[in-house]
Amino acid sequence: MSAALRVREARAGWAMSSPALAAITLFFVFPAIASLFLSFTDFDIYALANLDNLRFVGFQNYARLVDNPLFWKAMTNTLLFVVVGTPFIVALSLFAAMLVNSRWLMWRPVWRVALFAPYVTTLVATAVVWRYLLHTRYGLVNYLLSLVGVPPIDWLGSPTASLPAILIFVGWKTFGYNMIIFLAALQTVPRELDEAARIDGAGWWTRLRHVTLPALAPTALLVSVLTVAGMFQLFAEPYVMTQGGPAQSTTTVLYFMYEEGFKWWNLGSGAAVAFLLFLCILAVTLVQLRLAKRGGAI
Amino acid sequence: MSARRWTVTLLAALVALLTTAPLLWMLSVSFMAPGEAAQFPPPLLPADPSLENYRTLFGSFGIGRFLANSILVSTLATVLALMFTIPAGYAFAKLRFTGRDAIFRLLVAALVVPGQIGMLPLFLELKAMGLVNSYAGALVPWLAGIFGIFLVRQYCLSIPDEMLEAARIDGASEGQILRRIVLPILTPIIVTLALFVFLGSWNDFMWPLIILADQQLYTLPVALAAMSREHVQDNELMMAGAVVTTLPVLILFLALQRFYLSGLLTGSVKG
Repeated sequence: MSAALRVREARAGWAMSSPALAAITLFFVFPAIASLFLSFTDFDIYALANLDNLRFVGFQNYARLVDNPLFWKAMTNTLLFVVVGTPFIVALSLFAAMLVNSRWLMWRPVWRVALFAPYVTTLVATAVVWRYLLHTRYGLVNYLLSLVGVPPIDWLGSPTASLPAILIFVGWKTFGYNMIIFLAALQTVPRELDEAARIDGAGWWTRLRHVTLPALAPTALLVSVLTVAGMFQLFAEPYVMTQGGPAQSTTTVLYFMYEEGFKWWNLGSGAAVAFLLFLCILAVTLVQLRLAKRGGAI
Repeated sequence: MSARRWTVTLLAALVALLTTAPLLWMLSVSFMAPGEAAQFPPPLLPADPSLENYRTLFGSFGIGRFLANSILVSTLATVLALMFTIPAGYAFAKLRFTGRDAIFRLLVAALVVPGQIGMLPLFLELKAMGLVNSYAGALVPWLAGIFGIFLVRQYCLSIPDEMLEAARIDGASEGQILRRIVLPILTPIIVTLALFVFLGSWNDFMWPLIILADQQLYTLPVALAAMSREHVQDNELMMAGAVVTTLPVLILFLALQRFYLSGLLTGSVKG
């Protein structure tokens, strides 16, 4: 190829990628880095009115957060969502995927779409629906439970039931996404392997443990990394269903950041929360990858 | 074996019924009279189905305005995202220029950074640009879609280089090659990406909540959340609002599910 053509190609490459790169720099990279700087300032409603009121305060925002019980409550809640929610959702997704992948299943595409449908619905709309489904007196959930003799649960009004209630909703909303990823992986597990184990007399459980699950390990890791990231980013769910309550039992880190930043206009402190959240997500993801490497999953 | 087939299928049907029950219930209650759903045991079907709730929503609540806002914002987000990401994705896959691979590695690394990290500075940045409380402000995050670039690039890698070289030798400009040769090949992934962005921006809540202060500009999720805080008791009305908010995207997904699900798998390989 001639040198002129190569120059033309390089020029076109830059011309075609630069609008997107400019947008990414301006609206993604720059704000993310600025978040760190903002967290070292006392940016508040006065600075919003007049930038002369802005001061550099070092680690003061972080020090105040450490002393703020609500911040710790939000942190604990979020970690609870991560620790309880991730295994729950991964197990739910895996169960759904194995069901839909079953060789005896008829009309497979119908069930696959039905189970995936909640994922594409509007979160705010379905959160509103679930608020009524979980109603203590008239909700369908408590009605179904009453059929098996369980007394009514005050799902969204009690500090101990509110977190499981939101988890049930989040599980319902997201398991279909993970199911599709698991399904793709299941289709790569050789049927002959499973068949051979069956002929050797291995039961369902043994085959699951020694044939299917080992083959799914890398996918399970991917799904759990994605789910953990999702659990760290819960916001609309508590916003619509519980407004962070009762007794701050569903205030997540992101909800706390939103209130700090856009309700009280403590943008410096809010940016500190955002940065800590980022460090948490990064740390947990790295730990997961390390564990996976040690376990030989990837 | 037939008994086994029926057991498994029945189990799947039961799980599918449980999964779709909240959506079916939402639809059913939206046709009920005010107060009808607040009974024990909860009624499953309306005694006397009516469109009254929808009339109230479009009449006194003016939900038509929010519906129009959502359609406008999501359509613009989709068009803009395609205009920004398709050429970039193609360039990263097929055009050789200095720094290309280094930049692309940085972009992939940036995929793990959640957008919420920069939300507060982005708000201040847009305030300085005078874009707070405008549709433009709501659209901005969709221009910076790294995931879209990634998706298009993966797809472009399968285009044979000889095809592009032949066009170059025939004297086609790089822009013509993109328009006449690459775009037609990319049609399936363009549909997928358009669907992702449209559904994503339609369902998005946190960013429009922050950036749109004027009620006239609210998108459906933001309006619905505000409405649900004021009308906690109006169960049937809220269900109609939830139907209006979520039915358009649900129908869109059902119509184009093949594109959606295949794109989802391409995307999840990113981890």
